[in-house]
Parts: sequence; C-alpha cells; structure tokens
Amino acid sequence: MSGYWQEIFVLVGINFIVVLGVSILTGFTKLFSFGNAGFMSIGAYTSAILTTRFNVPFLLAVLAGAILAGLVGYGLGSLTLGLKGDYFLITTLGFGECVRVLFEYIQPVTGGAGGLSGITHYTDFTIVAISVVVAFIFAWTLIHSKYGRNLTAIREQEVAADAVGINTFKNKLLAFVVSAVYAGWAGGLYAHHLTYLEPKIFNLAKSAELTITTVIGGLGSLTGSFLGTCVVTLLPEVFRDLSTYRMLLYGIAVVVIITVKPSGLYGYKEFSITKIIRWFKNLSKRTSGTVEKGA
Amino acid sequence: MQINGLNKNFGGVKAIDSFNLQLEKGKIHGLIGPNGAGKTTIFNTITGIYKPDAGEIRFKGKDVTGLKPFQVAQLGVGRTFQNIRLFATLNVMENVLIASNLDITYNMLDSFLRLPKYKKEEKALREKAMELLKIVGLQDLVDAQANSLPYGHQRKLEIARAVALNPSLLLLDEPAAGMNKEESVELVEFIKEIKERFDLTVLMIEHHMDVVAGLCDHVTVLNFGKTIASGRLDEVKNNKMVVEAYLGEEK
Ligand SMILES: Nc1ncnc2c1ncn2[C@@H]1O[C@H](COP(=O)(O)OP(=O)(O)OP(=O)(O)O)[C@@H](O)[C@H]1O
Ligand SMILES: [Mg+2]
Repeated sequence: MSGYWQEIFVLVGINFIVVLGVSILTGFTKLFSFGNAGFMSIGAYTSAILTTRFNVPFLLAVLAGAILAGLVGYGLGSLTLGLKGDYFLITTLGFGECVRVLFEYIQPVTGGAGGLSGITHYTDFTIVAISVVVAFIFAWTLIHSKYGRNLTAIREQEVAADAVGINTFKNKLLAFVVSAVYAGWAGGLYAHHLTYLEPKIFNLAKSAELTITTVIGGLGSLTGSFLGTCVVTLLPEVFRDLSTYRMLLYGIAVVVIITVKPSGLYGYKEFSITKIIRWFKNLSKRTSGTVEKGA
Repeated sequence: MQINGLNKNFGGVKAIDSFNLQLEKGKIHGLIGPNGAGKTTIFNTITGIYKPDAGEIRFKGKDVTGLKPFQVAQLGVGRTFQNIRLFATLNVMENVLIASNLDITYNMLDSFLRLPKYKKEEKALREKAMELLKIVGLQDLVDAQANSLPYGHQRKLEIARAVALNPSLLLLDEPAAGMNKEESVELVEFIKEIKERFDLTVLMIEHHMDVVAGLCDHVTVLNFGKTIASGRLDEVKNNKMVVEAYLGEEK
C-alpha cells in the first residue's frame, strides 16, 4: 500500500474509532453529545504530554489518555445524565468548549493556544488497524448483548425501558463512558499521527462533525457509521478545493438526509453478507415463481 | 400489595383521594370507573412514575413508596400502558428479550469473548421468549417490527413483554381497548392462562364489562379520584353511586 493510501487509512481509522463511540451514544441510545471532541482532546494531550515529557511508552500513554477521558466522562455523565435530553446536550457542548479554553489557558502544561509540538510520530498503519478491529468487535459484541438491547430500549421508549427494570441512568452512563474512552483512545493515536496539537483542533465544529458523521452514516448501525466516516473523511480529500466549504457541505448533507432519508445512509440495519445472499435467493425464488405462474 | 391512604394531586385536581387497596395473591382485581377517574394515575403512582403526595404502598412486605420505576419493576411489578408503549422499531422477539434483561447474569467480558456463559444464557432467553410468544399467539411474527402489528397484536405483545420480566404482580391498563368482541373473548382466555401459568396476581383497568365479568374476582370503582364502591362485580353493579357515575357513560 502506498504512503498516500496508508495516510488515508490512518485518518479514516482514527475517525472511525471516535465515530463508533458516538454511534453507540447517539445511534443506539439517542443521546446527542456536542462535546466528544473534548474527550479526544483529553486523550490527545494526556498521551502527548506523557510521551514527550515523561518518556512513557506510546501505547501506555494512549491507554492513560483513554482512561482519563473515560473518568472525566463518568464524572460529567453522573452529573448531567439525570437531566432531560436537551439539557444534557447543552452541558456536553459547554464541556467541549471548557476543555478547549482550559487547554489554551494552562500554557505551561499544554503549550497553550500556540500548540504543542515535537510529538514523536508513533502512530502507524498496524496500530490503527488493530485499534479499529478491537474497537469494532467491542462495539459489536456490546450492541449484540444485553447491554445493547438495554440501550436500544432507552432509544425506543424510555418509560417502557424503566418498566421492564432497566436502570436507564446507569445504561446511559455506560454509553457515555464508552464514547469517551473511544474518543480518548483515538485522540492519543491522532496526536502521535499529527505530531503537534492545538486546542482548537478539538473545537465545537469537530464535535458537531462527529455527530453529523453518525447521522449521515445512519443511526443505529455500526457498519453505517463506517460508511459515514468514509464519506466525511474522504470527500474533503477528493474535493480539496471545497475544503473551505466543509461545514457548509455537511450542513446541506444533513438537511437533505434528514428530509429525504431520516435514518441515514444505512440506518437501523447492519451490512451482512448472509443477508445479501438471502436477498438474492429470494429474488431468484420470486422470479422463478413468476415464470411458473406465467407458464 | 397493599395501598393505604394514597393521595396524588395535579395542581388543584385531586387525581387520587385517600385510595386504599388490598390485593389478594393469585386473584384478578379490577379497577373501573369513568374517564378521568384516576385509574391510570394509580398505576403510575404504584410504579414510581409519580411520587404520591401522601400514603403508603407496600409490596411483598416492603415499603416501595417513592422508589424509582426500574426499582419497582425489579421487585416484580410488570405493567402495560393505556397508550401502548412498545419498542416500536424493534421486532417482536427483541421486545420480549429486552424485558428479560434481569434473567441475565453474564458480564461485559463474557459477551465480548462470547464465552459459553453468554451463549447459554442468550439461548435460554430466546427459548423462554419463544415460549411466551407462543402463549400469546405471536410465534409466527417474531421478526415483524412491533409498530407494524395490528392493534390487538400490539396489546398482546405488550402483555408478553410485561410477563417476560417474571413479575409476581401484573398491572394491565385497558388491555381490551380497541379490541373487537372476538378478540376480547380470546384475551380473557389468555389472561387466565398466563395468570395460572406464571402464578400472577393481576390488577387491571378495564372498560369492557364482559372482560371484567369474565376475569375479575373483585372490583374497585373510582370516580373523581374517590373509591365509591368495592366488592364482587355483581355486588357493586347495582350500587346507586356506581350507576350514577356511569350514567350516560355506560358502554
Ligand atoms: N401528568 C398529569 N398532569 C396533570 N394532570 C394529570 C396528569 N395525569 C393525569 N392527570 C389528571 O388526573 C385525572 C385522572 O387521570 P387518569 O389518567 O388517571 O384517569 P383514568 O381513570 O385513567 O381515565 P381514562 O379512563 O380516560 O384512562 C384527570 O383529571 C387527568 O386530567
Ligand atoms: Mg387511564
């Protein structure tokens, strides 16, 4: 694989990991967060500071960043997930901006608005590939288990979820912490791919992009999230000249999708080979059926 | 279950006024009364959706007043809703599986590694769900999306889901609403069946008097939040207050 394609893969892979977390949170639990870039930022800065200043091994540093993001997610979620939907969204938005401003402010630690440079380029194809596979399998098995069923129950009908004994608060917290850990891990990989960091990389627009990607790919679908990530990461690459209009294009795409196909490109279903085979079998059955009738 | 002196106000409206109830184990108890009498509010207060302004609710000897809805459910109170609340875009099987979440003891690691414990419990869960769906007659519709079902089927699915929780008390809010004669006769039979089979105590709100007559050992009649009569259906039917409350309401 050429360097260019490896580069693309790494970018798509890192974005996919964050989007998987947002997909669990938004696509399966129907909780909207506009602060997950904040968790990415925590993971990125934590791991970068650990590797550059304290010579902590790369993977250990990324892990530490992910854990810290998870802990912050746990604290924030505990405080805000009891609030009704819209208030939760607003607190996540405030959180993301707080992290950005805080990292600009504590200059001695983070390098402030001027950025943090000199991060070693540790993130390579292999580590991203392994991370994507593990993140995807974890998300898939989580969704296809009691935990995922409880989350979709909350999405579909929260009052009924309560009525069948599901602790909705605890399950929402689980989804939020998972999304924070995913963002933190991806942030660590991103820092050691980009080799320099600025707090504003992880601004509100980045958080919005994550949610938009999930919506475009399709709510309630992990494979749809992959599709969404490819579209959102690759389109600006293909149309370089349009990159200034990125947010405008996302905006238009979301409006079009919400009105034309609210479930997104691949909402509420998963891509599966067996399903496609079954579809073709049914098709041949149906066509042979009509032939018989015709004869 | 025992309820003493329950009060619930909405602004100036006394939706429940000094309500008392004693449920006998293994019996079906009816809660009837005209529209707006406070029947659903009693269900919502029992299940923790509303906090009562006064009074006490005891279940299995425990004070459950003011517990959260999921805690009441975990203690074994299953319910259905007057305006059906299914997991709408999920299929019939998933609706029942979700309600069995308390049967599961595997943890996240068991599920991540798909260990035998995960597989065994998921298999048992599906078998149990299938059995329940057979009882309510939805076994051929396991893959159908819940909100695509006809109304009568949705009501049945909601009951199956409530039973999947393994409750000892089942609260049914107008299970026969929107059903035709034939369907409500069928409903009476299958409520009897699940009651026997799962050893349930039932408290049901119902407007169809033939359903009440076919099922309820005992009824309580409410009007404007107040209990106006209580006893066997044939006893309360001729009560003067009950007749007045239903005047022009009789169905
Ligand atoms: N959440 C609420 N907020 C304000 N008022 C309410 C609320 N829920 C119920 N009420 C009021 O309480 C009273 C009792 O309502 P409830 O729904 O319990 O009646 P019901 O006996 O179930 O009637 P129906 O047969 O129509 O279902 C009504 O006056 C209703 O308007
Ligand atoms: Mg009612």
